[in-house]
Amino acid sequence: MLGLRDIQKKFGTKLVLDGISFQVKTGEIVALLGPSGSGKSTLLSIIAGLEQPDRGQVLWDSKDISAVPSHLRGFGLMFQDYALFPHRDVSGNTAFGLEMAGQPRAQINKRVREVLELVGLAGFDRREVSSLSGGEQQRVALARALAPQPKLLMLDEPLGSLDRALRTRLLQELADILRAEGQTSLYVTHDQEEAFAIADRIVLLEAGRIAQDAAPQELYLRPASPFVAEFLGLHNLFSGKISAGVLHSPFAEFPYVGGADGEVTVLLRPDAINIGDRGQAKITGKLVKAEFQGSATSAFLQSASQLIKFDVSSATELPKIGENFTISFDPKTAIQLFPRK
Amino acid sequence: MRKNLAGLLWFLPLAFLALFYFYPLASILALSFGRGLTVMQPFVQIFLSGSILGIAWFTIWQAALSTLLTLALGLPAAYLLARYKFRGKSFLRALSGIPFVLPTLVVATAFEALLGPRGWVNQSLIDLFALDQPPIQFVNTLTAILVAHVFYNTTIVLRLVGDFWARLSPRIEQAARSLGANGWQTFTKITLPMIAPALSAATLLVFIFDFTSFGVILILGGPQFATLETEIYFQTVALFNLPIAAALALLQLLCTLLLTIIYTKLSARVSRPAELRTPTAAHQLSPRKNPVAFIYLVLLAAFFAAPLVGLAARSITPVDEQGSAITFDYYAALAQNDRDDIFFAPPSSAISSSLIYGFATVALALLVGLPAAWLLATRSQAFASRVLGPLLMLPIGTSAVTLGLGFIVALDSPPLDLRASPVLVPLAHTLVALPFVVRSLTPALRSIRPRLRQAAAVLGAAPRQVLRHVDLPLVSRALFVSAMFAFAISIGEFGATALIARPEYPTIPVLIFRLLSQPGAIHYGQAMALSTILMLVTAGGLLLIERFRIAEVGEF
Repeated sequence: MLGLRDIQKKFGTKLVLDGISFQVKTGEIVALLGPSGSGKSTLLSIIAGLEQPDRGQVLWDSKDISAVPSHLRGFGLMFQDYALFPHRDVSGNTAFGLEMAGQPRAQINKRVREVLELVGLAGFDRREVSSLSGGEQQRVALARALAPQPKLLMLDEPLGSLDRALRTRLLQELADILRAEGQTSLYVTHDQEEAFAIADRIVLLEAGRIAQDAAPQELYLRPASPFVAEFLGLHNLFSGKISAGVLHSPFAEFPYVGGADGEVTVLLRPDAINIGDRGQAKITGKLVKAEFQGSATSAFLQSASQLIKFDVSSATELPKIGENFTISFDPKTAIQLFPRK
Repeated sequence: MRKNLAGLLWFLPLAFLALFYFYPLASILALSFGRGLTVMQPFVQIFLSGSILGIAWFTIWQAALSTLLTLALGLPAAYLLARYKFRGKSFLRALSGIPFVLPTLVVATAFEALLGPRGWVNQSLIDLFALDQPPIQFVNTLTAILVAHVFYNTTIVLRLVGDFWARLSPRIEQAARSLGANGWQTFTKITLPMIAPALSAATLLVFIFDFTSFGVILILGGPQFATLETEIYFQTVALFNLPIAAALALLQLLCTLLLTIIYTKLSARVSRPAELRTPTAAHQLSPRKNPVAFIYLVLLAAFFAAPLVGLAARSITPVDEQGSAITFDYYAALAQNDRDDIFFAPPSSAISSSLIYGFATVALALLVGLPAAWLLATRSQAFASRVLGPLLMLPIGTSAVTLGLGFIVALDSPPLDLRASPVLVPLAHTLVALPFVVRSLTPALRSIRPRLRQAAAVLGAAPRQVLRHVDLPLVSRALFVSAMFAFAISIGEFGATALIARPEYPTIPVLIFRLLSQPGAIHYGQAMALSTILMLVTAGGLLLIERFRIAEVGEF
């Protein structure tokens, strides 16, 4: 089990990582999610032992391994740019970690064959890595990282440089492979969909700090802050106020029990709004825009000065642009409040 | 300790350049300015002499014309190589590279064998029409010089421009087309500006080589054509007028240094470290749809191959007799020494001198080039690196004859008296080879990105294992390539060697030159045989280099 305790790292005067603590349990796949520049890659380098933190410890099974050099940690790292050895062919790359571990040749060959088959590269043994396509190089990098059965496999934006169609396909394969191997993994990405698809748990970074550490559904259904909501694409954020059990928002006022009085940021979940007036709370306005996105459509309602986004199934019949209509929602599921400091 | 080591690494290449490049050049400078009453005398003489001004003018315009012709022949091929795939593409690429590494003397002999008075074409025409005289006058014409220069340098255009072009995404051109530009507008407004850095670097390099060309002018041009380079040789060897030779060398040096500096600047803009990249899908070139392009490529391949095949064939066919029986007499004759002349060394001894000089050059060039390349790769930002880089490229733009002259002037009197020492030849060859050695080592050393070391470390490689399994294998290829370069250059070098080789220890090219200037079929045949051997060795070396080279676009 990997443990991080209060990791801090500065580059010059810039604080890149601050107070990072979380765990990755054996067999678990944890996604490290965050926008670019949030410190994800630096954190990976620290866990791999390629960089030293300014403060804090890296633990394995509760033992401090901060001083252990990277080649003795037994972790695997799959680089974003793959960093394949240009002078070794596919099987030479895959075998590298096993050779370093001093395994006998026969065993190495067996494992290399096994792993190449696992990643769908059976028969590619003798190919030069420079002759491979991007997707194939990605598979070699994965095979190379998996072969020595690392205690922890870290993947740094492994699908980052691939095109979208290939990404979707490889993502599913990658998830299957990691699960089949029971591989404890830390998966770094800036793409929430990738994180949702692959991870048991998501650690979301915001400017070097942990914004939220939760299971994917939990993260999506109960974002811990406006930043998290915004990052996940839940864009209906408004400023509001609670006083005497009533929530005053720019679009409506309705009773709200259980919140302390004060200034709040209101999240109105776009995915919990329906057309019509069946819900407890209603907003009337004019349809200004509808963005078709395949199975779902994002529509925008203009009410007073507020623009409210809501997602409906594309099969739903929408009013015409400019027409007045009503949307409604159940505040318990659709409204989430973040106290403002 | 670390600091001392770095200091030593700086010292080796700098000391070598100072001693064997700048000191000889400074001696030329001193000699050309004259002393006492005769200060500037050589320059006054040059500028008063109409013939020398004429030579300078001819040097420039023949180089300019050769360069234009090279571009005209090479650019369409560069485009086709960059944008199309076709059968024999890599073959054409490799084939075009062979002339470039061939010793000038072999190129000259190859054309002699093809189009000379005793060459294939003339012989066939004589036989066919029962003529008394060879109908085609090729040797000793301007055409011969131009054709040989184009033959020699087209690969520079193919590689520098073609490789750079291939890297540019065709989408940019497609974007221009979609914005309404027609084919010609797309080419002049988009493509041309984008390939401009590579194009101008290639143009300059071709011009530099044509400007300082020696063997081609001497043998194919004959006595009525003189360039600065051959005039320096003539003034030194025939007239012993060292001050005039030195003044000429100085003039030429100023021109080539200027061009080299511009070239280095340009090529820095072209070169980018090699990356693993997905090969972009190229269009298939089919003979049916693009007959013109196809015929052009076939003719181009024939142009590269004909002189080479002609040379090899000439070396195994009897010159004088009728019929075409194959004979190995000329090769057999290489082993004999039927002359008593003390200045006539037998071919076998020339071969062994060439081999010895070649190995010595490899050792010296690596000894100097490795530390230099390492510094350039790892301390690229250091001030000394930025100075050393261009300094190391200077010999490429310095004519070989000038280097030879510098050695004669500087190194035959104390403090460095190496006149009688056979070490002069490998020293000169090392200077010529050094730019190539450094240019093949540096990208390899640079290509060992920190990422690869990190990847190895994460996979469990201890620092010592990283060195053994990552650094060493990557460098060893480049070491091999540089060694091949140094060897090939040494074994074919003619300009400097012609001046400094001891008469009793000629190298193969020097001996070929002597054999060609002597009458008799056996000498002609021996020259062909020796040239063929040299061609096979250097072409084989090139093919090995192509196989092992870790390519970097724009490196030459």
